Amino acid sequence: MRRLFLAFGVLLLALTGARAVQPDEVLPNTALEQRARAISAELRCLVCQNQSIDDSDAPLARDLRILVRERIVAGDNDKAVVDFVVARYGDFVLLRPPFNAQTLLLWAAPFLVLVAAAGFVWRRSRRGAAMEPVAAPPLTEEERSRIEKLMRDEQA
Amino acid sequence: MIVEIGHYALALAFGVSIIQALVPFWGLVRQDRALASVGSSAALIAFALVALSFAALVTAYVRSDFSVGNVVANSHSAQPLIYKLTSVWGNHEGSMLLWVLILTLFGALVAISHNSLPPRLRAGALAAQGLVAVAFLAFTLFTSNPFERLSPAPAEGQDLNPILQDLGLAIHPPLLYIGYVGFSITYAFAVAALIDGRIDAMWARAVRPWTLLAWTFLTLGIAMGSYWAYYELGWGGWWFWDPVENASFMPWIAGTALIHSTVVMEKRDALKVWTILLAILTFSLSLLGTFIVRSGVLTSVHSFASDPARGVFILLILVFFVGGSLALFAWRAPLLRQGGLFAPVSRESALVVNNIFLATACATVFIGTLYPLVLEMLTGAKISVGAPFYNATFIPVMVPLLLILPLGQSLAWKRGDLLGAAQRNAMAFGLAVLAALALIAFTKGGPVLAPLGIGLGLFLVLAAGFDLAERIVPRASGWRAALSRAKGLPRSAWGAALAHAGIGLSIIGIAAQAWSTEAIAVLKPGERLASGRYTIVLESVTPRTGPNFRAEVARFQLFSGGRELAPLEGSKRIYTARNMPTTEAGIRTDGLSQAYVSLGEAQDGGVAVRLYDKPLILLIWIGSIVMAAGGVLSLSDRRFRLAVPKRAAPATAAAQPAE
Repeated sequence: MRRLFLAFGVLLLALTGARAVQPDEVLPNTALEQRARAISAELRCLVCQNQSIDDSDAPLARDLRILVRERIVAGDNDKAVVDFVVARYGDFVLLRPPFNAQTLLLWAAPFLVLVAAAGFVWRRSRRGAAMEPVAAPPLTEEERSRIEKLMRDEQA
Repeated sequence: MIVEIGHYALALAFGVSIIQALVPFWGLVRQDRALASVGSSAALIAFALVALSFAALVTAYVRSDFSVGNVVANSHSAQPLIYKLTSVWGNHEGSMLLWVLILTLFGALVAISHNSLPPRLRAGALAAQGLVAVAFLAFTLFTSNPFERLSPAPAEGQDLNPILQDLGLAIHPPLLYIGYVGFSITYAFAVAALIDGRIDAMWARAVRPWTLLAWTFLTLGIAMGSYWAYYELGWGGWWFWDPVENASFMPWIAGTALIHSTVVMEKRDALKVWTILLAILTFSLSLLGTFIVRSGVLTSVHSFASDPARGVFILLILVFFVGGSLALFAWRAPLLRQGGLFAPVSRESALVVNNIFLATACATVFIGTLYPLVLEMLTGAKISVGAPFYNATFIPVMVPLLLILPLGQSLAWKRGDLLGAAQRNAMAFGLAVLAALALIAFTKGGPVLAPLGIGLGLFLVLAAGFDLAERIVPRASGWRAALSRAKGLPRSAWGAALAHAGIGLSIIGIAAQAWSTEAIAVLKPGERLASGRYTIVLESVTPRTGPNFRAEVARFQLFSGGRELAPLEGSKRIYTARNMPTTEAGIRTDGLSQAYVSLGEAQDGGVAVRLYDKPLILLIWIGSIVMAAGGVLSLSDRRFRLAVPKRAAPATAAAQPAE
């Protein structure tokens, strides 16, 4: 059903007909066009659900794609283009969240979880090594008969 | 009338589930066996009732009964039968009914299977599972009732969302739900074990087939959804790190970890407490996924279940089951005894490392999915967490895990030999490195990381193959001996090798997309467009009429390096009932690669066309199918035969040693 959700986002807001980058948007200079594509893949189509402007066919995405290309043609480097867009639309437009106080935990999380999990296991294993193995509790009569039955089944 | 029967059956099922939840539990407390065994019959009756209810809804859809609001909103008399069926679960209410259908189906399966299951465990599990059923039946009945009548009934329905009128979507939700909901069984077993205060290898053996079953279906469901997105959404993407995709991916990662930790528990009686926790977390993530998809929390405007009452209801369910089970865990887990010790270098340790990495990967997706929501709630700041974030965090977590995977597979239980394991994998590793280097040299100036990705995938495939070969073909023995050894190898060993090779295949397919190319142009008939290895020539654009849509179909000749392949067709459709357009991509499979054509707007007397060359892309999904096949093979392992509902009669059982 997750797909339905995405589909609805796409449908409600994006299906105005055209499909992402249009022939008339493409820059004649391939190197510049490639830069534009790479930048577009990192910018969010603000009215879509989790789609980049490169993938989206919403009119706003088209406007942004054209804007990105205009800045590139005007001679901006990649960072300047992105800064230009962020200045107008805020961090929300970045599909790769910036690294700052607000996102510190987000970016650090994978590393922290890995270290915490490894540390926990390490401590645990040291404690475990120091401990004598615990004797298992004796089996009840019912369990004993079940085991016998299982062994018979297994052999049969 | 049939609709009312369906509604009534659902209400009855709700009542029966309350009995299933309470009576066995009471029996456990009172040590009363008769009471404790009520759960089995209750589970069977609940399933029969929900099945009846579901059949009633299906009937309403098949007959296009437009006096039912749900049918009106999601179906149309002109829809082909298959999409009338798809419409049943192509909407919120119907998909919730499918959810409870599968939930009660699993309850019924537990009731009739596992003759070897300790009775107390079965009773506890059925009670816990019944409680989940109570919650979701209440949710369906009180907030998402698919049986509400409309008066006066309209003459025609509003059609299913056209983007969902597709064969892929017909089977994707059931597969996904079997996976999602299947983990409710492992959850129920975990809760039962905690209540009972005892857990052992027998528990692991009882739980493992259910985990494998759920995991296998979830794998297929995710792969199906991904392939559907690839061909239906029309821009050739196959995974978007969308929160709704993540919702199904998180239980999959946790379920993968659970499969591995239950192996340790079953073989060595270790990792018991962790496995219990993991079983709880996996289903909690399924519930979280349901909450994410069903409540509209992500983007309230875009969600199609944006009714706040539903959101709050599911949130309460989520809090109750996650919080309740974790509280139970905190209270009872200290009572569980730790078992089997193992050396730092051993198969057990390797599986612990597997679990550390998978837990980290799962946490990464979890935090990436929920962080923007929490941040916005706390500070009002809006950020986006998209594909670039996951590529930068998830992949670095997975790569080391996959690199050491063959090593772990080669280690012995209890105490392993790291050098020996490395030696056994040296050949596979060497070949994979050679292949990657050759690829780098061959594609000079091309993508740098992609050849390494292909090398990694190849390493996994080769290592899985060599590992099997080593076990089957011992030094200096004939093929006859090898054959008998191959037969003697447990199915679960074959399954594990297959699943690991499947990941390798998928990784090769994913890495190869670095070489996919794309071209866009406005074409008039007779004009050509080239991308990568493929060239298309637009032959004609003709109108066509379908059962419930009009289409403009563009026909292309397709060439690859001078040879002509079968022609392909791409189209744009307008579904008349909703006046909604869709794009049907034209796809031609060429070996493992595909040429992919998508149509844009008509302009300047021609039509905008995009052509993609997608090298080896089929491997992504073939890999997933191979993984699922590994799951099925493991499920058929002898050790789990006991779990099969109907046990073999003694006569056939006696014939089994021949295997």
